[in-house]
Amino acid sequence: MNAENTATPKVIVKDLNFYYGDYRALQDINLNIAEKMVTAFIGPSGCGKSTLLRTFNRMYQLYPKQKATGEILLDGTNILDKKQDLNMLRAKIGMVFQKPTPFPMSIYDNIAFGVKLYENLNKSDMDERVEWALRKAALWTEAKGKLKQSGTGLSGGQQQRLCIARAIAVKPQVLLLDEPTSALDPISTAHIEKLIDELKEDFTIVIVTHNMQQAARVSDYTAYMYLGDLIEFGDTSSVFTNPKRKETEDYITGRFG
Amino acid sequence: MINPLDLYARRRIINATGLLVSMLAMGFGLFWLCWILFTLLENGLPALNSVVFTKMTPPPGSSGGLFNAIAGSLMMSLVGTLIGTPIGILAGTYLAEFGQRGWLAPVTRFINDVLLSAPSIVIGLFVYEVYVVHVKHFSGWAGALALAIIVIPIVIRTTENMLRLVPTTLREAASALGAPQWKIVNFVTLRAARAGIITGVMLAIARISGETAPLLFTALNNQFWSSDMDSPMANLPVVIFQFAMSPYEDWQHLAWAGALLITISVLVLNILARVLFRQSATTH
Repeated sequence: MNAENTATPKVIVKDLNFYYGDYRALQDINLNIAEKMVTAFIGPSGCGKSTLLRTFNRMYQLYPKQKATGEILLDGTNILDKKQDLNMLRAKIGMVFQKPTPFPMSIYDNIAFGVKLYENLNKSDMDERVEWALRKAALWTEAKGKLKQSGTGLSGGQQQRLCIARAIAVKPQVLLLDEPTSALDPISTAHIEKLIDELKEDFTIVIVTHNMQQAARVSDYTAYMYLGDLIEFGDTSSVFTNPKRKETEDYITGRFG
Repeated sequence: MINPLDLYARRRIINATGLLVSMLAMGFGLFWLCWILFTLLENGLPALNSVVFTKMTPPPGSSGGLFNAIAGSLMMSLVGTLIGTPIGILAGTYLAEFGQRGWLAPVTRFINDVLLSAPSIVIGLFVYEVYVVHVKHFSGWAGALALAIIVIPIVIRTTENMLRLVPTTLREAASALGAPQWKIVNFVTLRAARAGIITGVMLAIARISGETAPLLFTALNNQFWSSDMDSPMANLPVVIFQFAMSPYEDWQHLAWAGALLITISVLVLNILARVLFRQSATTH
């Protein structure tokens, strides 16, 4: 079922199963995430696309009843291995959530918070890093005058870009976006989509989205999921224009879902 | 088939009746509250003068004030709050952030709920039994200890509730950056819940500033000035209790003044707590 992609795989998912207690939410998922490309997971609510995304940084480990089996190889190392240091893994894999989640602190501290976990920078290096991250997230011009103000005072779209800035400030290799625009207005959404396009020069991006047009616009590869199964995976243009499976076609043409 | 106009008219009547009944109920409740406040003002205001704040509680028949009682109340409330708040915040944080697994948190929560609704006289008797009996005298420390035991369950409950209001996604976001749990709790969730927790502490102070029963068995009273926490200590609630029951008119006036003082400070604390909480609610 792997796409015959030519790009180097950054992440390889092998026979991945996921359980919420006794309920099996993902069934034998196999796919490759290409390096410095955008991979989109689409599918109706409850299909497991967010669940799949959240296994990539072992987010599920916060909850005692959730577990994953199988392998997820990041540059060849199995990150599901319990011996893998969780914090170091999360330094390599950043995440942005559906709802903007600015921390209750200043814009500057929001970004410095993550950086300080891994690096001991002096004041000017930290200033530089904060500016770099805000520029990357296209928030610098709006935020440079109010770095000391609370991050919670920004608009929804700005908050989401702040969260992106915070995630990339740590300089991860992979960026996970869990429906990053579903709580935003069309203009902020356009901002973020443009941003995703620019960010893929430096980062491998995986995005979960409810919005098929968005998947078509921003992604290079698309995975269609249904009820915990990976139904179809391939490069975005062929999944959308020439789907191999009937279920995929029904979903993307709006006959279902 | 019901005529839609009839249906509409009926709904309006039901609505009007419901509104009227709830307004009456509100008026009934408010009436007593206002009466209490009015009586307090009527009797307390004339008795409230500078002497109240400068002179000690007098023997019957001579003039005097409430200075020692005010100071004693402030000291014991302060110490009680200082002991109770850290314990309450730490325990509440444990319940909300660390106690998901295992039996300790549910058991603690249950005991805390019991403690929260325990009559304060029981707490007074408890401190009497375990502390006062052993040191063989009433003292300010014993009073502060009893007040602290009242503060703890209130602060535990509000801390836990306020931390639970912090969205899970905020914890997940901090965790996704690779932050260890103690950093998430210290720098993200406790900070997000800060205003609510401070509100809880202020409400706890408001609660203990009027408590009489726990002080009756612990700090008792002192007719003279004393800043020694190890000896019996004057305090407003017990002074009010004593003076109001006495046949001397001077004492009764002072009791009214003291009652007004406590009510005003509780009112101010409550208003402050509300303002603070509302401000934080609008900025988040």
